[in-house]
Amino acid sequence: MDWGQLWRITSTPDNVPIVALLFLIPFYTWYGLRQAFANDKLIEELEKNPEMTKTHHRKTLPWKPGWAQEVHVWPFLLRVEFLAAIIVTVILMVWSITLNAPLEEPSNPTLTMNPSKAPWYFLGLQEMLVYFDPWMAGVVLPSLIIVGMMAIPYFDTNPLGNGYYTYKQRKFAILTFCFGFLVLWISMIVIGTFIRGPGWVWFWPGQTWDHNIVVYQPNKDLPDFFGITNAWGKAVIGLAFLGGFGAVTGGAIHKWIMSDDFSKKVYQKMSLLQYATLQFFLITMMLLPVKMILRLTLNFKYILVTPWLNL
Amino acid sequence: MAEETNGSGQPNGNGNGNGKKGLATLIEKAVADGKALQKRALSEAEEYKDIQKTHLWKSVFRVKHDETPRSRSLSVLTNVFLHLHPSKINRDAVRYGFTWGMGGITFYLFIVLTFTGILLMYYYHPTKADAFRDILYLEHDVPFGKLLRNMHRWGAHLMVITVWLHMFRVFLTGSYKKPREFNWAVGVILMLFTLLLSFTGYLLPDDQLGFWAVTVGTNMARATPLLGTEGPLGPQLGMTPFNDVRFALLGGSIVDSNALLRAYIWHCIAIPFIVAIFLAVHFWRVRKDGGISGPAPVVLAGEVKELK
Ligand code: HEM
Repeated sequence: MDWGQLWRITSTPDNVPIVALLFLIPFYTWYGLRQAFANDKLIEELEKNPEMTKTHHRKTLPWKPGWAQEVHVWPFLLRVEFLAAIIVTVILMVWSITLNAPLEEPSNPTLTMNPSKAPWYFLGLQEMLVYFDPWMAGVVLPSLIIVGMMAIPYFDTNPLGNGYYTYKQRKFAILTFCFGFLVLWISMIVIGTFIRGPGWVWFWPGQTWDHNIVVYQPNKDLPDFFGITNAWGKAVIGLAFLGGFGAVTGGAIHKWIMSDDFSKKVYQKMSLLQYATLQFFLITMMLLPVKMILRLTLNFKYILVTPWLNL
Repeated sequence: MAEETNGSGQPNGNGNGNGKKGLATLIEKAVADGKALQKRALSEAEEYKDIQKTHLWKSVFRVKHDETPRSRSLSVLTNVFLHLHPSKINRDAVRYGFTWGMGGITFYLFIVLTFTGILLMYYYHPTKADAFRDILYLEHDVPFGKLLRNMHRWGAHLMVITVWLHMFRVFLTGSYKKPREFNWAVGVILMLFTLLLSFTGYLLPDDQLGFWAVTVGTNMARATPLLGTEGPLGPQLGMTPFNDVRFALLGGSIVDSNALLRAYIWHCIAIPFIVAIFLAVHFWRVRKDGGISGPAPVVLAGEVKELK
């Protein structure tokens, strides 16, 4: 166990944000879900007692008859904003006084940095480079992430859970979003920071970085597993695999949606276009973990091999 | 003049009786005038004690600052900085637990970064010869230069974290649902530009860290489908290292002085400008969509017609 190196990584000033993320993300996930579960409990109670729905004010927050619905922005909101500004300023000041922003040697095109890491917020993309070619990991997938996120409100037809925390009423949405955000994005950043060493080789936390390591990884493409060498054959089996992957994943997602009465109803409200868009983005998202697993277990490189692009 | 400073009241010159009398009245008058002036000054000063009643104050703030509901509303609505707010809001919306304050904190960090960024610009030349040295100069010679640079750097990191947390809470509260779909999309663009803002700043110190991060980052642009030399179908469409997207990003085929200048302009002018515009739309839409979404009363599945 190389504690020294672990400490060096953890205490590198540029890694402080990631260490902060390690605490902030779980904290706010808990903080949000806690309110969601409290609301879910209230929803359950209200569903049991129809009488209560008429009188209860339907929030888990304290409320007394006669309390005004609204309060003045000045001072009730502005004082909170002012306080927040002061706290953030103090945090930033203390952070800036105690830790210096990194400055390396002057840039030198002839001296490559190893490992050469992207800024931490792009480490997820850099990690994806292990599993996909640059056109996919660096261009297509990031674009799809942005477009897919922008499209969320347009294919989520579930009218419930608008303006309050809830898990029960939005299980499907919450689980898929958390999978994308927490598992595929945040944890990739953590892997990129704590696990990837020189040559982007996987080192477990505490394992000493070996700068001379040479990893012998005979990569295999899908056609190699079948001994296919013909270019047409490669393209056909690649496309067949992708089609199969899409069908299986899409089918599984469909089954999951249909398995519960509520999401079935939400599904019935969707237009064909909405449902196809949802499926497209979810299937594409699932391509990443599937390729990760194949890669890390079988040294699997490409599914689709063509003279122009490999996937 | 000399007579007045004598102090004993004795005429010290060779003046006659008439002059003596005239002088005494003169002094008396002066003292009386002085007293009157003092009284007036004091009473006027008394008026200045209530700063809110001064001409200057009224010209700046335009409304009274007392505790009537009307004044409280007006002090928000008639202030250019505060008029982003409504005059009243849902009593639960001020709770930290709902918004986590993350949108507001992100905006505050954007302001802090603009402020520290402008100060940094006074010391920075975007040229290969000067950039790195300017950073050293900032760190070692400029008063508070190190603090300034640190605050800008860490503020940027913090802004990335807070924008993600803001997005996460907007998702968890379902606040992107009708009628806020469009504002969510605006938010995604804001997040993208927040990341790009951070990234373009990375190259500016012209050190190894930034240089290689940008080299690796822009090398990926080579692989852009159709538009990059190494991207699928790029070569077939006539892309070379001298006309593809990477060339456009760097202003050349290598990361050099043109790239530095481009990063500088994106970072200091173009992206902040774009972000400011989208922020204006974002805040405008928060208001027009009816303020923030909650904390709203829970709705039961059985109550929604479309779900029955
Ligand atoms: C520079 C980045 C951003 C700034 C400064 C910003 C600022 C704000 C502020 C001050 C609010 C008021 C409520 C609150 O504080 O939570 C707000 C609301 C909102 N933001 Fe952002 N935001 C940013 C990015 C984003 C992103 C990335 C998203 C989503 C992807 C987003 C979506 C929304 C939505 C939908 C609302 C309305 C929330 C509600 O009604 O509860 N914003 N934003």
